[in-house]
Amino acid sequence: MITKRIIPCLDVKEGRVVKGIQFLGLRDAGDPVELAKFYDQEGADELVFLDISASHEGRKTMVDVVEQVAAQLAIPFTVGGGINSLEDMKRILRAGADKVSLNTAALLNPELITEGAGFFGSQCIVVAIDAKYDEELGSWRVYTHGGRNATEWEVVQWAQEAVKRGAGEILLTSMDSDGEKNGFNLALNKAVSEAVTVPVIASGGAGNAEHFLAAFEEGKADAALAASIFHYKETSVKEVKVYLNQQGVNIR
Amino acid sequence: MIAIIDYGMGNLYSVSKALERMNVDYIVSHEEAVLEKADGYILPGVGAFKDAMAILTEAGLTSFIQKIVAEDKPLLGICLGMQLLFDESEENGLTKGLSLLPGKVVKIPDTIEGNSLKVPHMGWNDLNIRNQSPLLQGIDSGYAYFVHSYYIDTEQGDTLLATADYGVDVPAVVGKGNVYGTQFHPEKSSELGLAILKNYIKIVEGE
Repeated sequence: MITKRIIPCLDVKEGRVVKGIQFLGLRDAGDPVELAKFYDQEGADELVFLDISASHEGRKTMVDVVEQVAAQLAIPFTVGGGINSLEDMKRILRAGADKVSLNTAALLNPELITEGAGFFGSQCIVVAIDAKYDEELGSWRVYTHGGRNATEWEVVQWAQEAVKRGAGEILLTSMDSDGEKNGFNLALNKAVSEAVTVPVIASGGAGNAEHFLAAFEEGKADAALAASIFHYKETSVKEVKVYLNQQGVNIR
Repeated sequence: MIAIIDYGMGNLYSVSKALERMNVDYIVSHEEAVLEKADGYILPGVGAFKDAMAILTEAGLTSFIQKIVAEDKPLLGICLGMQLLFDESEENGLTKGLSLLPGKVVKIPDTIEGNSLKVPHMGWNDLNIRNQSPLLQGIDSGYAYFVHSYYIDTEQGDTLLATADYGVDVPAVVGKGNVYGTQFHPEKSSELGLAILKNYIKIVEGE
């Protein structure tokens, strides 16, 4: 049987990991490759690298990081952030990434999903959705530009559109839950997971191992992503997996 | 020496890096004259079946691959590269494959007995070993990383070396004679994947 996946997320800026540097106690904690290896050893099922470089140089550096990670790691990884064209996707995938994650660029130009899936196959194309509850809408609204700009899209509808265009996976972040550590947004996750035919990664709000269990059971998520609780060592991938295993969740 | 057949549709980088980490001599090429010197081959592949077969055929590599297999040199297809080894695929319209192994590539059903199934089959799944093979030496269980929407439908049970349960029995490792394939990416499947690659290298080196 297929397992539920635990995915640490690393924010990379100008070639360095920018979160949690001083808390990790690794020899070179700011090095994405070292951190990736650390999470691999801890049992991470997959990794997500988010390129938050502001400069063109920083983006070029990211390609080097992807090559180094691919050379060292024997688990799959996804790269997102600043991918705006088929050329950007090619660069990242040729450097050894297994999937690319599209967010704002896909909303500005949905055709990008279609092109990417056509060229590389759906399994390479993750569509990341930043979702925030909207009272007026009575549902969740999609945001772009790192959560700064509201769009016209309702989350479930956009997720379905993305899948129709060829997205092979949805990375669903709840802006309401993000950073709160009170658990994943289960209603949001369930709504999206039941509305699409591809795997959904729950993101935003992980605070402890129980939250992962809820994401899988109530939230119907196929995978769950977290950053700070792993970076700050509030829990570890290993601890979360031991707990899930005790609860009867199928994990690796 | 192992040759990775480069026809523009593979994740060549991670396969070649995995070989490097194992200190294996390898080349990456699309030229027959260069490829010919190798003792064994890896056929990678990411993308769509139809495109891949078109490119292989146009590059003259279809007949080359059939030739090396007839010469009894080992061949390992990975992911789409494994699917290409079979008779035909229904992805984007029926397309003929390399016909080195018997079977057809079909879409993973999105419902099984009323239960909905997520497609692509994406993530870690455990292997059930079906038949003994030098490729699986020392491996009796373990998880591999899958990411695919099509799978092999074959009636030839003896070509199935290992399967994974995803509502349907997904052929995960196949093999017959000197032709092998893995549906998952061994280079992305942690220790189990690397063990399979090591076994394949031993087969090529004739140990």
